[in-house]
Amino acid sequence: MTGNDYLQVALLLGVLALLVKPLGGYMAGVYEGRIAFLNRFAAPVENRIYRLCGVDPAEEMHWTRYALAMLSFNLLGMLAVYALQRVQAHLPLNPEAFPAVSPGSSFNTAVSYATNTNWQDYSGEATMSYLTQMAGLTVQNFVSAASGMAVLVAMIRGFARDAAATIGNFWVDMTRSTLYILLPLSLLLALVLVSQGVVQTFSAYRTVPLLQPLHYRAVRQSGAGQRITDAGDNPVTEKLVRKNQLIAVGPAASQVAIKQIGTNGGGFFNANSAHPFENPTPLSDFLEMIAIVLIPAALCYTFGSMVGDRRQGRAIFAAMAIMFVAMLVPVEHFEQAGNPLLAKTGVSQTANALQSGGNMEGKEVRFGVVNSALWATLTTTTSNGSVNSALDSFTPLAGMVPMGALQLGEVVFGGVGSGLYGMLVFAIIAVFVAGLMIGRTPEYLGKKIQAFEMKMAAVVILIPPFLILVGTAIAVMIPAGRVAAANPGPHGFSEILYAFSSAAANNGSAFAGLSSNTPFYNTALGLVMLFGRYWLMVPVLAIAGALVRKKKVPVSAGTMPTHTPLFVILLIGTIFIVGALAFFPVLALGPIAEYLKMVAVH
Amino acid sequence: MTTASAATRSPRHALVTRSILRRALIDACAKLLPQHQWRNPVMFVVYLGSILTTVLWIQALAGHGEAPAGFILAVTLWLWFTVLFANFAEAIAEGRSKAQAAALRSVKRDVLAKKLAAPKYGSTTTTVGSSQLHKGDVLLVEAGDVIPADGEVIEGVASVDESAITGESAPVIREAGGDFSSVTGGTRVLSDWLVVRVTSDPGHTFIDRMIAMVESARRQKTPNEIALLILLVGFTLVFLKTTATLLPYSLYSVRVAKAGTPVTITVLVALLVCLIPTTIGALLSAIGLAGIGRMLRANIIATSGRAVEAAGDVDTLLLDKTGTITLGNRQATGIHPAPKVSEHELADAAQLASLADETPEGRSIVVLAKQRYGLRERDVHALGATFVHFSAKTRMSGVDLNGRQIRKGAADAMQAWVEDRGAQYPPEVTRLVNDIARRGSTPLVVAVDSRILGVIELKDVVKGGIRERFSELRRMGIRTVMITGDNKLTAAAIAAEAGVDDFLAEATPEAKLALIREHQKQGRLVAMTGDGTNDAPALAQADVAVAMNTGTQAAKEAGNLVDLDSNPTKLIEIVETGKQLLITRGALTTFSIANDVSKYFAVVPAAFATTYPQLGALNIMHLATPQSAILSAVIFNALIIVALIPLALRGVRYRAVGAARLLRDNLLIYGVGGVIAPFIGIKLINMALVWLRLA
Repeated sequence: MTGNDYLQVALLLGVLALLVKPLGGYMAGVYEGRIAFLNRFAAPVENRIYRLCGVDPAEEMHWTRYALAMLSFNLLGMLAVYALQRVQAHLPLNPEAFPAVSPGSSFNTAVSYATNTNWQDYSGEATMSYLTQMAGLTVQNFVSAASGMAVLVAMIRGFARDAAATIGNFWVDMTRSTLYILLPLSLLLALVLVSQGVVQTFSAYRTVPLLQPLHYRAVRQSGAGQRITDAGDNPVTEKLVRKNQLIAVGPAASQVAIKQIGTNGGGFFNANSAHPFENPTPLSDFLEMIAIVLIPAALCYTFGSMVGDRRQGRAIFAAMAIMFVAMLVPVEHFEQAGNPLLAKTGVSQTANALQSGGNMEGKEVRFGVVNSALWATLTTTTSNGSVNSALDSFTPLAGMVPMGALQLGEVVFGGVGSGLYGMLVFAIIAVFVAGLMIGRTPEYLGKKIQAFEMKMAAVVILIPPFLILVGTAIAVMIPAGRVAAANPGPHGFSEILYAFSSAAANNGSAFAGLSSNTPFYNTALGLVMLFGRYWLMVPVLAIAGALVRKKKVPVSAGTMPTHTPLFVILLIGTIFIVGALAFFPVLALGPIAEYLKMVAVH
Repeated sequence: MTTASAATRSPRHALVTRSILRRALIDACAKLLPQHQWRNPVMFVVYLGSILTTVLWIQALAGHGEAPAGFILAVTLWLWFTVLFANFAEAIAEGRSKAQAAALRSVKRDVLAKKLAAPKYGSTTTTVGSSQLHKGDVLLVEAGDVIPADGEVIEGVASVDESAITGESAPVIREAGGDFSSVTGGTRVLSDWLVVRVTSDPGHTFIDRMIAMVESARRQKTPNEIALLILLVGFTLVFLKTTATLLPYSLYSVRVAKAGTPVTITVLVALLVCLIPTTIGALLSAIGLAGIGRMLRANIIATSGRAVEAAGDVDTLLLDKTGTITLGNRQATGIHPAPKVSEHELADAAQLASLADETPEGRSIVVLAKQRYGLRERDVHALGATFVHFSAKTRMSGVDLNGRQIRKGAADAMQAWVEDRGAQYPPEVTRLVNDIARRGSTPLVVAVDSRILGVIELKDVVKGGIRERFSELRRMGIRTVMITGDNKLTAAAIAAEAGVDDFLAEATPEAKLALIREHQKQGRLVAMTGDGTNDAPALAQADVAVAMNTGTQAAKEAGNLVDLDSNPTKLIEIVETGKQLLITRGALTTFSIANDVSKYFAVVPAAFATTYPQLGALNIMHLATPQSAILSAVIFNALIIVALIPLALRGVRYRAVGAARLLRDNLLIYGVGGVIAPFIGIKLINMALVWLRLA
């Protein structure tokens, strides 16, 4: 890496670090209802929403009611997105006259957006009407993110409140997250993105003349789409000329902004953030990267503030930041090192005055290796499925790290809300084992960790590996699963493994070699996304409900400090041992085997 | 009785005796029954795995095995050893408890009791067996008799040999009334006689409870043990999935790589057993049993395993001043004469006034006069003096000698006494008295006839080393609160001298109860010791209550721990034992999980060697062959259980260094050590296998 590369990484982390405190403090204020400005000017709007929906904002909920409200609200969203896709042909704002989306794909997409995954088995500009993109997908981008934040806030209350019974009101947390956090940030980002060239329009796709007509040969086809062959059974080709191209446009900026801010990642266009209308300039790239990680990082501060001990939030943030850098370094390193097999053919992959070098397959030249690797690490450690380069084309070990980030449970910053609550569950487990080692019933933030919390925490750490490993096992055992992989050998295995890892972690990115718009993958991945989301959220709320009842144990010299560098190391170690060890053998059969084969040939 | 006490003592001191070891070996095999194995989910998985590989071995013998029969047999044998070693660890811990229970049971034998017709000495007696005694019966126990049942002394004083239950050979005094009135069945009266009212029905005596405790320890799991077990089951399930899904992955890899053979089930079972937390799973129940055993060795009877565990969590200790913090009695430490009186003159008068005073305070004045002023003790009778005993009304005592009235007493009483005789009470003396009180001492004014000679300072003497003990507790994060009946001024002075964090002066039973509740409301866990009946409500309210064995029956009923030595400072050791129990669990869990890193490096390259030979790069230990690599990992996994049995029984040493340092040290030893140790161990075992030509 060159000095310039380091500078780009440092700039991103530096700007992020500066924004964490003000945004984190603001969010804590929003959830505690103590932002004077909002109380004066925005509260009437907020209260009108409650009145309209028949919600009593003062009502406090027990964890079971909170979970029920969250689940039913998400189910409703899922049904709405499904219905929209199925009837889009009869609805307005469909200038390209797209037909209804197939039931399998509609199910997969509805689940994908409600669960904050944004796995896309479809191509946006060739499938979805503007209305579906806006009223269906973009709306879910907001509320699925807000659901994650609400569950997190409920969990924080579990720690913060002393011997209480309730963990807040889902409708209030949900409304405030959307109204006061996600909406203003998205509005701001969308406007800046438009200034950079991201499109925002209702007009139909444009036909534009090419500067230079394109001449090419293609296999001649009969009217029924059959190949025409000659007597020797060879395909008959014909010479064609293309003078125009069709450029897809649409209300993209508004969707791109929330897809990054809400760690969703579902692109308006199929090429996602590699598309020049979604991510045109290095500045837009930089701002989108900041947007991806901004709320997850700032929530650490919110957490510290709400539990009344900012050092706790700082420790969690430090653990996340250290793990992030530890993952970024190998991705950057292996991508910059390039492919040794290419070196044999005389291709120069080293950085020099003319090129930045490295593995440029599947990367946009305007972003280069550094920003592609940075983006890949950022999006896979958070639960943001957007891409600005092809992960499938990464070198084996550079591709393994993003996959590993998914398998760790996306707790390094992680999804909005979901990342931190996942991290707090790891903290509970770390505190439990380490707490025993100091000779006390373990406690975290003054709350004793006992059998019930352990049971729920065990469920939370069990579910994702179960979904990933069993899902992949089924896929490789049946033909419908195997044929989808584009590449032979360990790389094909990685493609399948990545798909299940991405769905279970609600990430949404893909090793795009896998053709996943098939009944098997639509169903399997749809179910994995559902379980990967709600089978974690409900036990997390159960933990919140159990913790909130407990009395806070006052801090003494016998209390294990959870804000020290030692705790940070312990937490990282726990995540590594609990999260990574389960996946070591399976990774050995995928990327590690692929890498070792590659160097062996070399 | 001597045999019983010898039997009680020996298992308390040796970690394991040969007979326990022999029994444990037999028990370990007996525990192979499924209903035993089922109780421990982690080891049950190993148990099922062993059965599976045994079947695979038989299949291989028949000629269609998935791997060479010799290899499957080797893995199978070591898997069975793993199960046996876990059983063995549990059996040893149980063996020690059983030995203790057996010793206690020998104390509890049927003896003849002399039942009194009326509850007083001299009433007619009938002889009945001790098993027929009920609550409320009144017995006569004379010198040489074994006390037939638990009870309360209602008449008489006697020395009692309690070595059968305490292991302490020095006899103790038991008398009617006060805090030393309770006697335990199975102990022996050495001199004099006692009239005892039975306080427990047959089967509910103190010894019955001890036996039940020792025996039931292996049946009940404590809350923390349950929480840990859930986590261990969670880990086991994670690794179960990891290994089970490797079979389809391997089949797929063989298909796409078009090379090698799929991984065998034997190897997958071996990998599974290596990965799941067998070390802690095997030793978990032994650790719990050992915790209760350690309490017993410290002569503390826990009425539940929960009490031992809770002791580690305690963060507030309520300590009685008398006996715990101070030596128990005030002692004369200074002599402050009034103006124009010599120290010697005052000392002389004070000694005379105290000669007939048999209270510890009185005796300490005589001792002080002798040590500091060389005044020899005089025979009061030879002097022809008359004693004036202390009474609540006069609040003074002394002697009348040769027409002189020599008195000592409380300042206000003495002031009234001299002023009645028309004399002046010197203001300097008032000042002296106030100074002494402010220091936390008790002033005792001495006068001859109507002339005030000066003031004797009586002081509570704080036990040596107690201050260091308290600062140690503070480092452990435990607050100490001193409870005393003294006034605030005195209490504050002693509290400062002893270095306690807080004190409760002029304590009443209600005030104690309120104090405990207040601490509990703040989320603190409170431990206290107590012996008197009036302590019972507070003992019942405290989270960890240690009743003194010398105490009343009520206090013992209310406490969840009973200290047979009746040593109040032992509360500190109890807390340490509780912590040690939790630390041992945490340390072995950490060690067990940290071990997994190395096992992957041993097993994974070996398991897929035929499909992806390149994975050999992960064989960083350079283990000889794939089969020897797998076998080495399994052998290490089994042997480490045996190697850690002593640690499980003895417990990880607890040091009062504060939570942060303790965590750092234990993480370094059991976490980092747990990662590194198996790399070395597996390599050594592999070298041994190669050397033995087994690889």
